Amino acid sequence: MEHFVGIINYIIFFAVTAGTYGILALGLNIQWGNTGLFNIGIAGFYALGAYTSALISGLPPSAWEGRTFGGFQLPFIFGLLGAAIVCGVVALLIGMPTLRLRADYLAIATIGIAETIRLVLNNESWLTNGVWGFQQIPSPLYKTIHGASSAYLHSHPNLPIWIHDLIAKSYDWFYLALVLVVLFILYLIMERLVHSPWGRVIRAIREDEDATAMLGKNTFSFKIQALILGAMIMGIGGSMYAHYARFISPISFKPLYGTFIIWVMLILGGSGNNKGAILGSFVVWGIWAGTDFLTKYLPFSATQSASLRVILIAVSLEVILLWRPQGLLPPKKQLFTLK
Amino acid sequence: MTTLARIPQLLVYGIISGSILSLGGIGVSLTYSILGFSNFAHGDFMALGAYIALGLFTLFTGLGIPNTRFGPLSFGFGFTVAFILAIALTAIAVILIDRLLFRRLRRSGPIILMMSSIGVALGLRNILQFFWSPQPHYYTQMIQRAVSLPALGIRIKPDEVFIIATAIVLVVLVHSFMRYTKMGKAMRAVADNATLAQVTGINTDRVIIWTWVIAAGLAATAGILSGIENKFITPELGWQMLLSIFAGVVLGGIGNPYGAILGGMVIGISEEVSTAFISTGYKPAVAFVIMIIMLLVKPTGLLGRKN
Repeated sequence: MEHFVGIINYIIFFAVTAGTYGILALGLNIQWGNTGLFNIGIAGFYALGAYTSALISGLPPSAWEGRTFGGFQLPFIFGLLGAAIVCGVVALLIGMPTLRLRADYLAIATIGIAETIRLVLNNESWLTNGVWGFQQIPSPLYKTIHGASSAYLHSHPNLPIWIHDLIAKSYDWFYLALVLVVLFILYLIMERLVHSPWGRVIRAIREDEDATAMLGKNTFSFKIQALILGAMIMGIGGSMYAHYARFISPISFKPLYGTFIIWVMLILGGSGNNKGAILGSFVVWGIWAGTDFLTKYLPFSATQSASLRVILIAVSLEVILLWRPQGLLPPKKQLFTLK
Repeated sequence: MTTLARIPQLLVYGIISGSILSLGGIGVSLTYSILGFSNFAHGDFMALGAYIALGLFTLFTGLGIPNTRFGPLSFGFGFTVAFILAIALTAIAVILIDRLLFRRLRRSGPIILMMSSIGVALGLRNILQFFWSPQPHYYTQMIQRAVSLPALGIRIKPDEVFIIATAIVLVVLVHSFMRYTKMGKAMRAVADNATLAQVTGINTDRVIIWTWVIAAGLAATAGILSGIENKFITPELGWQMLLSIFAGVVLGGIGNPYGAILGGMVIGISEEVSTAFISTGYKPAVAFVIMIIMLLVKPTGLLGRKN
């Protein structure tokens, strides 16, 4: 039973991370799965959300942090909303010059904004604390819940060890529930939206933009709205990550973990299907975590094993594109195209 | 030194970096116009070329093939042979990737191809990391003396003259190929209208192979030249340049190889000159901002036609 705490920690960490990825995949599903917008700068919005939330809810600059701005110590919910709003504004700025053009331009511009955000995080120490990042980002209700469980354990010293461990981890259980609730609420909103008249228009744009425009819809405006909405959800994902990890730095948001893996999750799960997006997140994160375990038995160095895992993910993407491009859960109803 | 006095030297650096970006950009532009998608693996084709050259050069040195330096340059016979073979091998590798993946996905449309190219990019980069580690590798440890030209206020190394000269020669070669050979004309025809070209009896599959030969060959060259300029290579070298390359291609007019050359040069020079005013770390952001401004003013680019 000594490993019990380790196992609980791992399960919670796994589920919180997969749930956070589920949020990001829902955001991408609105952009790509429903509207056909090719955003390959998810990492940028993810990071922007995390940093914004940390600036709004986090500690003010102190002696050991190099920054001179931010740290308003507002409650978590303000951080979450702030993250969504800032990401939405940046998406608007990116969408304006690119969404009237071919899909390639949005792709290039989203890579560009992700890279620019990364450079700002690294270089503007007054705002972001540079490569050191933010530490001690407060988790919502931490003191209340952790305090209560500590007090309970203190007054019940003779509990069996496994019950003791379960209770000692009560804050992590709470955060897991929080992530899943946020994921579920976003899922319900997305389902409502996708099946609304608005959702029918954006799916029509994905199928045939010219035909949709011919029906009198302002496709540019709908595409901007979908891009902004997706980016706001990604910002919420970033916020959820920051307040769980409690420490963020520019390397937390590299393109591999921040963008590429989310694409694989959505495509594997089924682009255009919100359930598929969430399923894909858990499956791909499961494979990713599982291979971490497996590579320990291979005769390679740690960096080589890391490369092998990425190669595996890249190969899986190609295999899905070649043989099952619709993913595990394809969207139920396909619209008729005019082609 | 005052900011103004540094400008001539920064212009030289800009032309060197612009030469490399232009060579990378021609390939991106050709694959865009002929195959119809933005190839995000192009940067990693550059890295692949640079590492194949490194592998061959190491092999040659091990076999005792002499590398007597050419005059003032930092490399000689052995490296030159490795350079040329690496160009050929990169082209072959890229054609194999096309047969294995891109050709099968061509019917799925440009976005699926783009997505597939991102998978290729990540896969290639990690294959290089697997065999060579993410740490830098050195073509040479030699420190080359720069030649000072006080009248112009600049210093330049013999290797850097070689880089600029190679870029000029290759641009002239590509231009002649596109303009005067049958294959070059066929390529331009496919770029203009693929269906029409096919109807007139042009073998589009051969055109595609030649497109990859030129794109991959120039990518390998750009990767190796960046290794000669920086003295070291990493698996991320191409990925780090990709945003600047795309910015150059969009600036010049996506799909137009001449635009890619002009755009690459403008981006290279702007990035270097910007370091006189803002942090060196922001070079790729400078490229990005220039690209966004171009998209707002004239999305078809400097040399692009009206859509």
